[in-house]
Amino acid sequence: MKKLIVVLALAFTLLTSFTTLVPSPAVAGPESYIAQTVVGQTAKAAAPAQSAPAKVEADRRITITIFCIFIAFTLGIVYWAAKRTTTTGDYYAAASSITGVQNGWAMAGDFMSAASFLGVTGLISLFGFDGMMYAIGTSFAYVTLLLIMAEPCRNVGKYTVGDILSFRASPVPVRATMALAAVLLSVMYLVVQMVGGGKLMELLLGIPYPWAVVFVGILMMIYVVFGGMIATTWVQIIKAGLLMGGGIVLFLLMASHFGFSPRRFFSEVVSSKQIQSWVQLVLLKQPVAEPGFEYGRRFLEPALLQKNVWDQISLGVGSFLLGVAGMPHILMRFFTVPDAKAARKSVVVAMILIGTFFVMVTLLGLGAAIIVTPQSISAVDKGGNMANLLMGQLLGANISPIVGDVLLAFLCAVAFATILAVVAGLVLAAAGAIAHDVWTNIIRRGQASQREQVMAARITSCIVAIVSIVIGIASETVNVAHLATLAFAIAASGVVPAVVFSLFWRKMTTTGICAVLLVGTVVSLVLVLVSPNMTYPKFVADGAKVQITSLEKKVADGQTLTDKEKGDLEKAQKTYEANKDGTSIMGLDRPLFPLRNPGIVSAPIGFLAAIIFSLLFPSRREEEKFDEMYVRQTTGLGISQLTET
Amino acid sequence: MKEQQRTDWAQVAANPRFVDLHRKKVRFLFGWWAISTIIYVIFLVCANLAGKLFAWPVIGDINFGYLAILGLFIYCWFVAGFYAFWANKVADKITVDLIDELKEGGMLR
Repeated sequence: MKKLIVVLALAFTLLTSFTTLVPSPAVAGPESYIAQTVVGQTAKAAAPAQSAPAKVEADRRITITIFCIFIAFTLGIVYWAAKRTTTTGDYYAAASSITGVQNGWAMAGDFMSAASFLGVTGLISLFGFDGMMYAIGTSFAYVTLLLIMAEPCRNVGKYTVGDILSFRASPVPVRATMALAAVLLSVMYLVVQMVGGGKLMELLLGIPYPWAVVFVGILMMIYVVFGGMIATTWVQIIKAGLLMGGGIVLFLLMASHFGFSPRRFFSEVVSSKQIQSWVQLVLLKQPVAEPGFEYGRRFLEPALLQKNVWDQISLGVGSFLLGVAGMPHILMRFFTVPDAKAARKSVVVAMILIGTFFVMVTLLGLGAAIIVTPQSISAVDKGGNMANLLMGQLLGANISPIVGDVLLAFLCAVAFATILAVVAGLVLAAAGAIAHDVWTNIIRRGQASQREQVMAARITSCIVAIVSIVIGIASETVNVAHLATLAFAIAASGVVPAVVFSLFWRKMTTTGICAVLLVGTVVSLVLVLVSPNMTYPKFVADGAKVQITSLEKKVADGQTLTDKEKGDLEKAQKTYEANKDGTSIMGLDRPLFPLRNPGIVSAPIGFLAAIIFSLLFPSRREEEKFDEMYVRQTTGLGISQLTET
Repeated sequence: MKEQQRTDWAQVAANPRFVDLHRKKVRFLFGWWAISTIIYVIFLVCANLAGKLFAWPVIGDINFGYLAILGLFIYCWFVAGFYAFWANKVADKITVDLIDELKEGGMLR
């Protein structure tokens, strides 16, 4: 009862503060915006649609209503889960009572994030084929999870990745290093999600960014602190269902727009004048069209976004094929099911869902390019994140204006739900590493009572959530995208080799595990810090210089500059002065490492480090214990000991 | 629990059924993982270097590139389905037989 009151009181204060904080809407009326977009689209001229709207305005009342229903419903689940959470098994692993199918939905939910629904669709709507690379990468990520990770992890793990690694290695050093890596990974990815979520809410509802982050942060804290893994899993399942439902509705609406004919759909991509001019002017930067070149067709071909083949492979193999399989919040999902069979089933279910979802996303992205046009999408948001929402509003409004508003509001609410569910899982993974690995097993040497352990887990979750809110607010103007790259690189070159070798290689030892985790983390960090992801002031200055030269040339030619051009010139000169002698964070003039994704280099280094350090520092005791671990991970013997508590 | 601590794991690991099981499992799992990796890398390389192939319009305006992507999705589904089928049909059966044998032999109690 006490818990119910606490939860309700928190929710109430949250909602009231939230609604009073929202400034009065400055809505430009969706009608004007639709008119503009439709005009922009039907205009036969090949010039980009200049009159595109500056922002998306969801009907705030409908969005907030739908969102409140979601919050109320999920808080109900938190209350229900809190009553059932008394032991560490409940808190970290939902008492291993989640079924394979349920866990499959939750796992799929971990990867059907706002980033994929909004971000990948956006990339496809702006860059065509290259955006689809992200969609297919996710599917392959789950192949690794299914074949290499699922069953062994369930068979020897308990609550955290540290449990798997310390099965035969010395627990203290291994748990400490793994906890460090897990917290680092989870918090990095968490910050990326929080910043993205905050910006999304700011863009859609006009809530000031810091309040949006605090709002997301507090909700996620309530889910995790009170509901633990049970609530986090169910929130994830519900969200995955909503996202899948929203995606299907949007997809059917879009497909009916093209008479459910794939051939017609693709021929409209090829023949869209807007796409053609987008590819020619913006993507290929050709002011004069090459005669006979089919720019529309080019949109469906690769290398408009990713031009370096090594970067492409590094992204695919490093981030997707290996990186995802090392993310602690994904691996943690395997501990919520009772046995290896259920773990296997959950990945199969997740793969079916994710595959279906991403096939839809590829078509939604192209559909948005035809219906909304890349020009309008990038005018609202440069990264294309609004593509789905714009299309939803437009297609709904074709039926009736209110349908457009409701659909947009629904999609917005789903996007928030998505962010909430993913961040909750990440907080839980970080808290598990600190509370279970460091506090319970290192500081208390496994002597803590269940009550104490759950309390420690709750307090840690709270701290992790607060820290990530603070970092999130502080990172408003910082480019955090490379943190995601870094997180996946560390997972691929530290966590994955550590886990795979300790599961399958007799000679892997404590030193090897610690070495690979540290080497993987450090190498990834260094490579990202000297990669093109960082800002290089000299490059910025070079860009400004080009602009200055072209504008000055105009003056020299005797033309007068418009006011806007004068402003641009002044701005460019300032930028040039400020940046011409600057260096990157690492004091570099230009990147030392040519790739954005370090995976292709850092992962082999990680695997090598594991082999070298294990062979240099062998351990007879650990080799002897390999048989027990190997039998257990292959057969699942002794799993009841792990899942009982 | 106490009995299990006394289990001679080296002896279990040398059991012919176990050797058979783990060989089959490792061969199947790492084999399919390696095949998947190779297919994926070939796709990534071709996407950048074989632009002409990917641009080839196969059905109407649907080009080879999009069909390749669809094909990869289907391939992933196939791997998932085939693994589930294989594990249920082959691996799980050997596992059950092995555990029965170990229990009967008093090795696990």
